[in-house]
Amino acid sequence: MEQLSQVNAPIYEALRRFRRMRVVPFDVPGHKRGRGNMELTEFLGEDCMNVDVNSMKPLDNLCHPVSVIKDAEMLAAEAFGAANAFFMVGGTTSAVQSMIMYACKSGDKIIMPRNVHRSAINALILTGAVPVYVNPDVNKQLGIALGMSPEQVEQAIRENPDAKAIMVNNPTYYGICSDLKKITQLAHEHGMLVLVDEAHGTHFYFGDNFPVTAMAAGADCASVSMHKSGGSLTQSSFLLMGKNVNADYMRQVINLTQTTSASYLLLSSLDISRKRLALSGKEIFAKTVEMAEYARAEINSIGGYYAYSSELINGGSIFDFDRSKLSVFTLPIGLAGIEVYDLLRDEYDIQIEFGDIGNILAYISVGDRKRDIERLISAMAEIKRRFARDGADMLSHEYISPIVALPPRKAFYADKVSLPLEESAGKVCTEFVMCYPPGIPILAPGELITDEIIQYIRYAKEKGCQMTGTEDINIERLNVLK
Amino acid sequence: MELWFTERHTPNVNFSIKVDRQLYSAVSEFQRIDVFDSKEFGRFLTLDGYMMLTEKDEFIYHEMITHVPMAVHPAPENILVIGAGDGGVVRELTRYPTVKSIDLVEIDELVIEVCKKYLPTTACRLDDERVHIFYEDGVKFIRSCENKYDVIIVDSTDPFGPGEGLFTKEFYGSCFKALREDGIMVNQHESPFYDEDAAAMQRSHKRIVESFPISRVYQAHIPTYPSGHWLFGFASKKYHPVRDLNSTKWNLLGLKTRYYNTKLHAGAFALPNYVEELLRDVE
Repeated sequence: MEQLSQVNAPIYEALRRFRRMRVVPFDVPGHKRGRGNMELTEFLGEDCMNVDVNSMKPLDNLCHPVSVIKDAEMLAAEAFGAANAFFMVGGTTSAVQSMIMYACKSGDKIIMPRNVHRSAINALILTGAVPVYVNPDVNKQLGIALGMSPEQVEQAIRENPDAKAIMVNNPTYYGICSDLKKITQLAHEHGMLVLVDEAHGTHFYFGDNFPVTAMAAGADCASVSMHKSGGSLTQSSFLLMGKNVNADYMRQVINLTQTTSASYLLLSSLDISRKRLALSGKEIFAKTVEMAEYARAEINSIGGYYAYSSELINGGSIFDFDRSKLSVFTLPIGLAGIEVYDLLRDEYDIQIEFGDIGNILAYISVGDRKRDIERLISAMAEIKRRFARDGADMLSHEYISPIVALPPRKAFYADKVSLPLEESAGKVCTEFVMCYPPGIPILAPGELITDEIIQYIRYAKEKGCQMTGTEDINIERLNVLK
Repeated sequence: MELWFTERHTPNVNFSIKVDRQLYSAVSEFQRIDVFDSKEFGRFLTLDGYMMLTEKDEFIYHEMITHVPMAVHPAPENILVIGAGDGGVVRELTRYPTVKSIDLVEIDELVIEVCKKYLPTTACRLDDERVHIFYEDGVKFIRSCENKYDVIIVDSTDPFGPGEGLFTKEFYGSCFKALREDGIMVNQHESPFYDEDAAAMQRSHKRIVESFPISRVYQAHIPTYPSGHWLFGFASKKYHPVRDLNSTKWNLLGLKTRYYNTKLHAGAFALPNYVEELLRDVE
């Protein structure tokens, strides 16, 4: 067999070969190359339906890869500088859950920042692992939670020498990075695994001058959202592993919850995107950063807004910053981030990634055109001209340090009762409450409900944040411990 | 041999002109630029395959987009023209001795270069000393302008392609800010006839209505544009397009025009019922 290199995309190539074979399908999917569902085929396109096929010998099987998927995973590992890599079709959520389920059994401790994505806390409910939260520093001006400083991690390790793993959220949604090398070194000195939620860090692996990647820092596992900055289809991700992780056991862990009918649309999109980034990632991300820097300078020249960047770096809780991010602080113009987010869409037909209490995030990628960036900047200038107001009464913080009463799994499965929001203060919550995006819980199962939290939830709802997580779809009631 | 230029006006309607010869073709950073000679329409310019102007009928478009606001504003001195790299609008504007300054913002330098070389009919006055050319995205240029212009003329391509930004609310809002307190903005407003064009026309009308206190639409007949029935938008902070028209004053200027006159000016704002309805739907 010929030697494979980064110019290859084994799954994609196998699908092309397979298409030329014109095999008659007497297997699933039942749409039979789209012929059985013409409306869907017209909508998605014949080419797309043609490769929506089932696992079979020529196309390998994600649950037990031995040929083209194995080759593609090997190429991905090489591209990311990992010992092993797995293609994931359940989003980065499934990757995050798999690495926690690999590291922890029921009752094991895991050190993590509290401002993690809900997928990490979900994994704690699934495994019964017990979180040791490191409360992140908060930037007083912007109100956002930052990274973990090595000192905080060291203290958590000292107090919990029996913890099995440390999870790091790197970079955060806003682009903030922790000192990953130092944290990894500390963890390894104490025999703990380092798991990195690198959902927003795909580009670190391919561009120049980005913060250090999890694999380069020596971390054991990293979950990478290829579908974010990497250009693959929504829901497709990579799980990367260092040399000390038993990849064959990890595959078994993944197979506990992963579908047995992985979509070849997702798999081929990962394969093709990896090839593209390996071959031309440098130029792609240089362009992305250039556009983000341009937009940042222009937005800052409007006045009022603060589009922040690497000037925030403080050596500790902001060890580094991802300059491809366009995060903007909006409170100085008297508007909550979520209000600017809604105005951009409703008034100007511009959809950005998210808005929270005081910030917005516009996702910049190689798919952007200069003229669209100009529109975004102009729309923000117009929002300031038309809607700016005195913002004296604005809430300014995105993060409230929780008071943990019970581990998430115990709380989630405990006997509970539903109470109206304002009567719930002083009780222990048994479910999640969060704004989505960003999907960082305000309350997680097992945490004490306080007046401050109730006020925050009311405020976020009033400003138009999309709240999720509770059993009550209207977020008027909360489930609490009986 | 027969050589035809064909533009698709709808998926089911083509418009063709017999080409004598092709004079120029190139792809710039922004678009494909072509210049042809034809027996019927003389020389013509296309961008990305869309008709921009022909020597035979450009006077209609350029007179109507320029003289309507110029006849309403009592003292237009500082003018901003966006798009219009062919120079047709500038040619009309330079005929007014009272105009002090014309800022022309064209995103594509190559369009101006090509027009200067191949289309002297329209590009003839781009060297007038009052004309300042900026090669920049119009959306960006106008963002930093405040209380600066008496008249803004938006001579854009269609809202699909590099001209898309010139049909947005953020752009119209920026124009409002860039105008003086009695300023007027006129824009190329698409056609009401074919469905897709009509929808684009309505979308942009809605955005202008939301951005300016006075917003009216007027029409002209342009044979080489889809359906031939074309609209312009007149948006203004203070002046009404018909009631504030000073016919006597404009006629005393003695400008010789082939399409525009002050009677037609008033009449152009009288629209067919179906167009009125399309506009009312979004007002």
